[in-house]
Amino acid sequence: MSDIVLKTEGLTKHYGGVHALEGANFEIRRGECVAIMGDNGAGKSTFVRQITAVEQRTSGRIWFNGGHVEFADPLEAREAGIETVFQTLALADHLNVPDNLFLGRELVKFRLGPFSILDYKAMRKATIEGLEKTGVKIPNISNTIQNMSGGQRQCVAIARTATFKSKLIIMDEPTAALGVQETAQVENIVRTLKGQGEPVILISHNMRQVMDLCDRIVVFRRGRIVANLRKDETDGQDVVAYITGAKTQAEYEDVAAA
Amino acid sequence: MADTPQIVLDERLKKEGIGARLIKRPELGAIAGVVLVTLFFLITADGAMFTLSGIMNFMTPAAQLGILAIGAAMLMIGGEFDLSIGSMVAFAGLIFGACTVTLGLPLLLAIPLTLAVAAGIGAVNGTIVLKTGLPSFIVTLAFLFILRGASLVGLKLASGGSTQLRGVRDAVEGDWLAPFFSGDAFGPIFAWLAQVGVVETFNNGTPKVPGIPVEILWFILLALIATFVLLRTPQGNWIFASGGDRNAASNSGVPVRKVKISLFMFAAICGALVAIITVMDSGSTDARRGFMKEFEAIIAAVIGGCLLTGGYGSAIGAFFGAIIFGMVTIGLTYTNFDQDWFQVFLGGMLLIAVLFNNYIRKRVTGER
Repeated sequence: MSDIVLKTEGLTKHYGGVHALEGANFEIRRGECVAIMGDNGAGKSTFVRQITAVEQRTSGRIWFNGGHVEFADPLEAREAGIETVFQTLALADHLNVPDNLFLGRELVKFRLGPFSILDYKAMRKATIEGLEKTGVKIPNISNTIQNMSGGQRQCVAIARTATFKSKLIIMDEPTAALGVQETAQVENIVRTLKGQGEPVILISHNMRQVMDLCDRIVVFRRGRIVANLRKDETDGQDVVAYITGAKTQAEYEDVAAA
Repeated sequence: MADTPQIVLDERLKKEGIGARLIKRPELGAIAGVVLVTLFFLITADGAMFTLSGIMNFMTPAAQLGILAIGAAMLMIGGEFDLSIGSMVAFAGLIFGACTVTLGLPLLLAIPLTLAVAAGIGAVNGTIVLKTGLPSFIVTLAFLFILRGASLVGLKLASGGSTQLRGVRDAVEGDWLAPFFSGDAFGPIFAWLAQVGVVETFNNGTPKVPGIPVEILWFILLALIATFVLLRTPQGNWIFASGGDRNAASNSGVPVRKVKISLFMFAAICGALVAIITVMDSGSTDARRGFMKEFEAIIAAVIGGCLLTGGYGSAIGAFFGAIIFGMVTIGLTYTNFDQDWFQVFLGGMLLIAVLFNNYIRKRVTGER
């Protein structure tokens, strides 16, 4: 049990009459890469938004690192060690790479109450180290994000997760808009992180990628979890059957039928 | 992994010259504008415009507008507008006048009270914008009318039926805080400079420029503080991020609501500071004070390189934008041009500035 990094119980989110997420029970262990799959609108991103406190859940409980948690905002979740690469990148276009990596938790060299001065030197150094750790190649970290290609932006967003001592990394469709080469680069980063023992939740539509990188696949359908599959006991076709609703795992039949 | 991390060079990356890097600075448009306008007036205006007293003549209105423009620029970088700061000048003038004249409070109380009321109204503006998701343009437009109307009503109440409240100068005379908000600074230095012949004197020996008007010092001080905050503090990064993409900033853990509400409060405080300075200088306050200043402040911020879409701009740019504004306003009186051309000239300047900034933005963003 102590291996479990994140556990959710009955996680539910309603937007007025829309029940976007209903009773999600989920867990991920140290060193594990779990894929979350499902059709558009299945509740994958909603699930992530509740864990990372981008939104406040309607009901349900979350345990992180052995303790029950109630994050008030995304910064609290990040400070606790949950790093997220969002589908919409969460990068500031007019800031450079170090400023983006440290956005919201800047390194400062002087602090007096609310007044503080940025430590650019330390941020640059940590940025270069973070990029090294993930094997990301950014030609000029002083460039603003808007001057970078889609792949470079994505790499910066992912490098951000590695710069801090994260305990769980969540990636929401990190390669959705990338070319072949850039996708390969991002996948390499995921492998590197996994190799370092970091638990990773990967939301993806890309079956090859999921089969290649992940140990387990959790399938969402219409706001509910309908399957929890070990990679070695399933294949692409089987997963698609769960995604489309042709199949439902026995233990989830009650919730799926509800 | 190498012991010392190195940045990997990319063969596609061309080294940029200093010129290319300079053109990406948001304030460049405004600095170029200052050069252009200076050249224009050097050619067309009387030489007196660029003597020390001439410079003070155009720097004084530039400073009054500039304080507003810096508030407006910070807010615009943060992705919002405040169309009520002009009316705030009138309303804060009323509060300040009522505090000093009607209630007889000392400046030590009257000034913080005026600034606090302004900050409170700024916070209300910001809270409505953020709670409702309505454009700040609309919400603050409502406050443009509310504050202007409230100033008129309040002035009539405070003065017993007049739209003007007089007697501020008498009320604050002798107050130890007064020299910080009115009159000229460094008087003795200028008197000495006149004695040694550096500053021109009138026939009776008094210097033609008795000192530096305090609003100019406030203007410079605010521009420096705002620039420091934007470029050297975490809050500066939060302002750029909140203005560029609110969701991205929020996902990154930036307290977007706090940042934006603080900026609304800062803009309102800038309006109140202008009110305090101008009311003390003229000795009275009236309901038309600050009329149309919200637009002039936004124009100065735009000339200074602020994008209407937020996330980009500079306080130094707004500083130069306001100086351009002051030069054009006063400069025409030194030329043989008809004064009626003023607004045409101003509109033309705005158009050129916006076209120039648009060009720079395309260069910066690579038209993505």
